[in-house]
Amino acid sequence: MELAKGLREIQKLEGHSDRVWSLAWNPVTGVAGIPLSFASCSGDKTVRIWEHNPSSSTSSWDCKAVLDETHTRTVRSCAWSPSGKFLATASFDATTAIWENVGGDYECVSTLEGHENEVKSVSWNPSGSLLATCGRDKTVWIWEVQPGNEFDCVAVLQGHTQDVKMVQWHPSRNLIFSCSYDNTVKIWADEGDDDDWACVQTLGETNNGHSSTVWALSFNDGGDKMVTCSDDLTLKIWGTDNENMQSTDDFVPWRHLCTLSGYHDRTIFSVHWSRDNIIASGAADDTIRFFVENDDKDGLVDGPSYKLLLKKEKAHDMDINSVQWSPGEDRILASAADDGTIKIWELTSAC
Amino acid sequence: MVSELINANPVIYEKKERRVRSVPTAAADEYAVEPIDQQEIFDHIRDIKDPEHPYSLEELKVITEDAIEVDDGRGYIRVTFTPTVEHCSMATVIGLCLRVKLLRSLPSRYKVDIRVAPGSHATEAAVNKQLNDKERVAAALENTSLLDMVDECISPSYE
Repeated sequence: MELAKGLREIQKLEGHSDRVWSLAWNPVTGVAGIPLSFASCSGDKTVRIWEHNPSSSTSSWDCKAVLDETHTRTVRSCAWSPSGKFLATASFDATTAIWENVGGDYECVSTLEGHENEVKSVSWNPSGSLLATCGRDKTVWIWEVQPGNEFDCVAVLQGHTQDVKMVQWHPSRNLIFSCSYDNTVKIWADEGDDDDWACVQTLGETNNGHSSTVWALSFNDGGDKMVTCSDDLTLKIWGTDNENMQSTDDFVPWRHLCTLSGYHDRTIFSVHWSRDNIIASGAADDTIRFFVENDDKDGLVDGPSYKLLLKKEKAHDMDINSVQWSPGEDRILASAADDGTIKIWELTSAC
Repeated sequence: MVSELINANPVIYEKKERRVRSVPTAAADEYAVEPIDQQEIFDHIRDIKDPEHPYSLEELKVITEDAIEVDDGRGYIRVTFTPTVEHCSMATVIGLCLRVKLLRSLPSRYKVDIRVAPGSHATEAAVNKQLNDKERVAAALENTSLLDMVDECISPSYE
């Protein structure tokens, strides 16, 4: 792998009138001539859809749509269905909205109600047949997609002792990962193939886990490694036995591999693992950092170690809430911040 | 309705004399970045009213100038406050008032941490964690009745 040398700011996108909490790339864009596109959501209660315009010479990214007048409070997170046809948005107004993309127009086709209060995160499973949501009421809900844009709640997972910050499906297995203000990551599995979901593992401080709120997690491409980030100012890498995972339907436990500390000096809100194994992290110190696995092992370290590849201080004027790698071939990263802006970056190999 | 006060008889202290801050002369560059010091932060928050008494946080010694730490170079500010009683259920509201007042008074580049003084509150760690979780703070400030209470406490009083 050619090591990256620099980070180039391509464009700063303005439009949201409050902090931008989260962003999500449409997974079917950036390939086969379809221009890259992503959604962003904000404390201004709206969602914006942004698209790359390759033919433009000046402004290469445009806001194509503003999804408003649906959520009545902060929109905390958003997620595209694997087909890129539906966008789910989770809001402090206790609802999750489902938007359908009809020829570039976005129509709210369903509203999922059930959480007692703030919904904080939403995630589709790899086939797009299930949705998971989580929130301040300490629960994770699983919803099944029915014909006619109906969503049935099939399970409510209870186990966290504080609000659940993020929920994420495993990229290939039928597993849900959730991280929380209670400092743990919990792994949930459907044990009886009959919506009989149970917590199968808790990664807490006693198994080398985090000592404060876990804000986000991300998987590597193979799904056998995961990175988590926390208010304890560390990133942690976790792994599972890939061969065992392929050969058995039974749950294979995860274990702590290493801890990256001494880098960010304020809360780390977001982390994302790229397809070519570069970990990006964004934090309240306004800095974006990039990490890669250390190849030159000195023989003393047991297991993998990671090193800082690059850092971008003052990437934004305020806290960075979300960093996300784009789909497609290029090393494009988008970041969202408290300053109300989104920035598009390219990780370059040239000096 | 008469509700029981959490601290029915708080001790009231003398207010500190207000010093005039040295203002740069007209010749100075008006666009120059002005550093922020302890005294300026104290002036922003000393008059915040206690949620349950007609006294300011300064008069109740919930905050003092010495309990403010400023690292202007990095833009970090830490305010440590001392609730009047150990079980004060108003501690999170006071912390929220401090956070909102500074949010509205300071340039956005500053990072503010708010905490209760070590040993001054029964659930110190829980209060501190809540006050420094910006997502919980953002959600709390979308709660109209809580925001009204905060606005009431930080609104200027004319004596």
